[in-house]
Amino acid sequence: MNAKALSQHYAEQVQQVRDGLPAELPEWLAGRRRGAAQRFADAGFPDPRQEEWKYTNVRPIATKPFATAQADAPVSEETIRALGFEGLDACRLVFVDGRFRGEISDLDGLPEGATVRSLSAMLGDDSARLEPLLGTLAHDRYSSFAAANMAFLSDGAVIVLGKGVRLERPVHLLLVGSAGSPATWNHPRVVVQAAEGSEVTIVEHYADLEGANGFTNTVTELRADAGAQIHHYLVQDHADSAYHIGSVFVQQRRDSRVTSHNVNLGGRLVRHDLNVDLTEPGAEIVLNGLFLVGGRQHVDTHTRVHHSSPHTSSREQYRGIGQGHGRGVFKGRVLVERGAQKTDAQQHSANLLLSPNAEIDTKPELEIYADDVKCAHGATVGQLDETSLYYLRSRGIDAEAARGMLVFAFADEVLERMELEPVRTSIERRLAARLPESGAMDVIG
Amino acid sequence: MTQENTAMLKINNLQARVENGTPILKGIDLEVKPGEVHAIMGPNGSGKSTLCQVLGGRDGYEVTDGTVEYLGKDLFELEPEERAREGLLLGFQYPVEIPGVKNIYLLKEAYNAQRKHRGEPEADTFQFLKLVREKLQMMQMDESFLHRAVNVGFSGGEKKRNEILQMLVLEPKLALLDETDSGLDIDALKIVSEGVNKLRSPDRAIVLVTHYQRLLSHIEPDFVHVLSGGRIIKSGDKTLAQELERSGYQGIIEEAA
Ligand SMILES: Nc1ncnc2c1ncn2[C@@H]1O[C@H](COP(=O)(O)OP(=O)(O)OP(=O)(O)O)[C@@H](O)[C@H]1O
Ligand SMILES: [Mg+2]
Repeated sequence: MNAKALSQHYAEQVQQVRDGLPAELPEWLAGRRRGAAQRFADAGFPDPRQEEWKYTNVRPIATKPFATAQADAPVSEETIRALGFEGLDACRLVFVDGRFRGEISDLDGLPEGATVRSLSAMLGDDSARLEPLLGTLAHDRYSSFAAANMAFLSDGAVIVLGKGVRLERPVHLLLVGSAGSPATWNHPRVVVQAAEGSEVTIVEHYADLEGANGFTNTVTELRADAGAQIHHYLVQDHADSAYHIGSVFVQQRRDSRVTSHNVNLGGRLVRHDLNVDLTEPGAEIVLNGLFLVGGRQHVDTHTRVHHSSPHTSSREQYRGIGQGHGRGVFKGRVLVERGAQKTDAQQHSANLLLSPNAEIDTKPELEIYADDVKCAHGATVGQLDETSLYYLRSRGIDAEAARGMLVFAFADEVLERMELEPVRTSIERRLAARLPESGAMDVIG
Repeated sequence: MTQENTAMLKINNLQARVENGTPILKGIDLEVKPGEVHAIMGPNGSGKSTLCQVLGGRDGYEVTDGTVEYLGKDLFELEPEERAREGLLLGFQYPVEIPGVKNIYLLKEAYNAQRKHRGEPEADTFQFLKLVREKLQMMQMDESFLHRAVNVGFSGGEKKRNEILQMLVLEPKLALLDETDSGLDIDALKIVSEGVNKLRSPDRAIVLVTHYQRLLSHIEPDFVHVLSGGRIIKSGDKTLAQELERSGYQGIIEEAA
């Protein structure tokens, strides 16, 4: 038997997609899903012998028989409020175990020219518009997980903006996982198309009900046309017993600007891939990231920025904090194509180890084939600065509180770049609460 | 015996070295009483900052002999933060830059830590701001300094002013100022000196480490000590500083040898 071969359990799920897709599904989608199922079956789950998966062993996922989510967990308005961001005035789509829940969502007040809907609703009456957008940036051959997402597609969000349409209110996608017995997996997809000169802020937010133990396998496709702006927040605040693997694909055209904030607080085993293609002059991406790993958490982020056109720029700043037995990985690849002159690419990764048992690997990878470019990168892994600690203590601040202030300050240099105040504040609180006995909670009051 | 006659700080034959390194302090004796101002002068590398840091409780130094009593307690029994809360505050020769921690946070945390230690309720934000603004004005510092990260991007002189600002807010019983005058322009020196003079009172004491007589013309010391090779080789009144200014350390060092 091939080591990669799927377990009986997953082979059966693949078979169901091959034979049992609902008849009302549009033919193009049925075809893509069957093809993806085949690719998933052929590729199996990745193993650490593959370079891209060297640091992250997905065996705990591959060997667990995650069942298809029923997505019927009762979720009240109260729960949604508790999970959400206090004070955030947003248009809201709630998903439970990957399935859209209209009754606790809020899609009012959208301007003309803006489509913000669930994928399932869109498939019901407007599927032709979806055909060029779904699965066309994220190819199933990208990874087994991207293939599985297409094959087992649960539901998702579709955001399409017409020319010059600006959404004043952010779109909050709240994806909630529940505690399942058996544990389940779900496959949400987010599809965004921002036409020329449009602007939108999207908060893709993963949070869980108590004891959640599922596996969320996501794919996000973002397209920014000429001059468009997309502000994308990826907030991963899963339960510590939950699994998450996700890929974000970004394609940018002339003078578009995308900012990405990728914050990871929870999860047992987490992997993100952010793939950015800057295809025309003037395209700009800002990538901010923060992960905190403690306990037995494992969070791995791979970013790939592809400067495929001249005059494009990327600014990347990732920070990681390791405590307990936490394990973090940051791998940042920057590829500057031949002919992509005047590329300006900056990447920085700084990491803080708070415990002798925590481990963080950081690996910048620059591949530059043009000669007239400005590229810089830096990567550090260190501990809290003893001199700073002593300075604070010499002012009467006790050691724990001083440590908390410094750790919090380290993280906040990433968080303070977030423009959405309620999201930032809420993350700061959740972060402080996850820094046990560090005194960080006192710092933010 | 009244409080006035009791030494606040009693240093007795203090010897210290860098952990497992060569000895730096080789037997220091010093008594500081409430109300007094002491100046410590001495050549570069003689151990002045080491003395300050050992008194402040910095890691990396090892006390090999001697005792230090502060307000009747064994100083070495106290953690650095406990020393500060008991009123022993150190002004750094090289104030530390702390990215991401706002000056106002540091001040507030420190201020409240002290109040908590004394069993007083935490200050409310409004009152605290009022207090800090007053002190800012004394140091002729702009309010924007409160919202900048501690010492980050501050000029040398601004860092020193910031040290004194902290002193004014925290009101130490014993202020230990390590070269707070170095790197200051003439106007800033005046401002800083005025700040220090505001701290003077019959129940507080100040120890100044300095290289220059100029500071001492603003802040008149009761005693001047010369530290050389890890020992206090000569003590006197303010005229000793004037003598040093005229003829340097060489004569005194030879005389002591
Ligand atoms: N952590 C350390 N490691 C190694 N040597 C040290 C350390 N701290 C102090 N020293 C040495 O101890 C001696 C005294 O240093 P200290 O900083 O106390 O001098 P100082 O009197 O304050 O000098 P200055 O007037 O230049 O500030 C110097 O030779 C210095 O190099
Ligand atoms: Mg010194």
